[in-house]
Amino acid sequence: MVGDLGIAEDAVQEACLAAVAQWPAAGWPANPRGWLVGVARHKALDLVRREARRGAKEEAAMRELGWPGHPGQDPGWPGPGIAGPAAPGPVGQAAGGTGDELELILMCCHPAIAPAAQVALTLRCVCGLSTAEIAAAFLVPEATMAKRLARAKSKIRDAGIRLRMPARENMADRVGAVLRVVYLVFTEGHKASAGPALVRGELCDAAIRLARGLAVLLPGEPEVTGLLALLLLTDARRPARTDSRGGLVLLADQDRSRWDTAMIDEGETLLLTALRAGQPGPYQLHAAIAACHSTSRDAADTNWREIAALYGELIRYEPTPVIEANRAIAVAMSEGPAAGLVILDAVGHHPQLGRWPQLHLARADLLSRLGRAEDAAGAYRAALELEPTAAERDFIIRRVGELTPDAAADGSVGWPDDQQPGRRT
Amino acid sequence: MKYLFLLNTATGGMPESLSSAEYAEMSAAYESAVTAMAKAGVLIECAPLRPASSATTVRVRDAETILTDGPAAEIKEQVGGYTLVECADLDEALKWAATIPAAQAGSVEVRSVVATQPPA
Repeated sequence: MVGDLGIAEDAVQEACLAAVAQWPAAGWPANPRGWLVGVARHKALDLVRREARRGAKEEAAMRELGWPGHPGQDPGWPGPGIAGPAAPGPVGQAAGGTGDELELILMCCHPAIAPAAQVALTLRCVCGLSTAEIAAAFLVPEATMAKRLARAKSKIRDAGIRLRMPARENMADRVGAVLRVVYLVFTEGHKASAGPALVRGELCDAAIRLARGLAVLLPGEPEVTGLLALLLLTDARRPARTDSRGGLVLLADQDRSRWDTAMIDEGETLLLTALRAGQPGPYQLHAAIAACHSTSRDAADTNWREIAALYGELIRYEPTPVIEANRAIAVAMSEGPAAGLVILDAVGHHPQLGRWPQLHLARADLLSRLGRAEDAAGAYRAALELEPTAAERDFIIRRVGELTPDAAADGSVGWPDDQQPGRRT
Repeated sequence: MKYLFLLNTATGGMPESLSSAEYAEMSAAYESAVTAMAKAGVLIECAPLRPASSATTVRVRDAETILTDGPAAEIKEQVGGYTLVECADLDEALKWAATIPAAQAGSVEVRSVVATQPPA
């Protein structure tokens, strides 16, 4: 790994050249202009560096952070780097993106900063999202988000967190933290934990831009490549995941002709590249699972035995009841609902997992397959009590209606309308 | 940049009841941590404190000085010592803070120090 600043800078330069060389083969990026601006900035930055090595970069970072001596500057970073959309204006000026992008991402994801603030700071400083956009994404008032960002920036300034490559021995941990932030941004977009929309496409796009940027900055890191593959393979299903009214469509019911085949192909190619390095890790395993789904012609064609085995591997890295619950579902699909229900009920007693609506949704599904309609409806109701998103709520109410037609006749699933759980404030 | 490490321990300060062997072991652990810092050229000064039970807290309200017998807040851990270092950035300071024995049994709070000129 790169721990030395000079080596890191050279690596970034080479990575940019490599990215340009790979374009025709790997397909054009979604935002070629953004990439071009990013690459050009690197070249410009290189020239700046020849004149004044580290000084210029630190000075720019300090100005961008609104340090004293730079009155009138927006305390936020002014511009996105390679991971952000194309910024207007001539390149090469110290107007933005002058800090080395990897160091910038590592700084935003510094473990001394609270995780929620790491995500917000990365979206603001690396992706170039406005404070209002980030506030909307996390459903908090703009003033609250502005305060959170300001606090994180003060922490960087006051505690002396510097823009630099971490020591060699810390590099793996620090990159791990960055990957987690990117994954968090994506999962929040892929399945928003709050709010009326099931999918927040802008967050998925931001996460994929970030992952692409990281893959360029850290070439040959299998977990980085694995993460990008995972995001592409998962996001490829986005067009089919909601119906025309924004309702949730289950994987098995999705119209697979609406999946983005170019994204799936790119994800598969990246995954194979990552796996060839022979250093498996959780993101590669998650990507392999996503590939099992995304490359199946239809739901019946899915290799659930393979997926169950992959979840079994994943437990070695993430020994959590959530992974075990996912394995239970895969086992149910390959060996029958009864076998899956045994595993699911074994992990269902975990206090944290009981708060996870997906557990109850999965139980409900297995129970209804076993013909236990009443038990299934009960499990759906348990999921409703855990405040699922509006789209999930509509799906659950529909399913309960199908399972217990009498109760659904008056549009009720067991609660007075004004006390229905799952309603977001 | 100067960083102050506040060493939080259960009693705050030197443990009150230690066998001589335990005391020697603890002293050796601290000695080895601060020697490494001194060798690296980051150490400015360091010292343990007398137990928090011996603290006197001073508050001035409406020009009246109010004294309280004991630390400012009764919490699970109290400041039991301090280390002042000069480091390039937070990452370096955190690396050294983790080497202090108090980080294992209690905690070490890392605070950056505002650069000021002491009165001449």
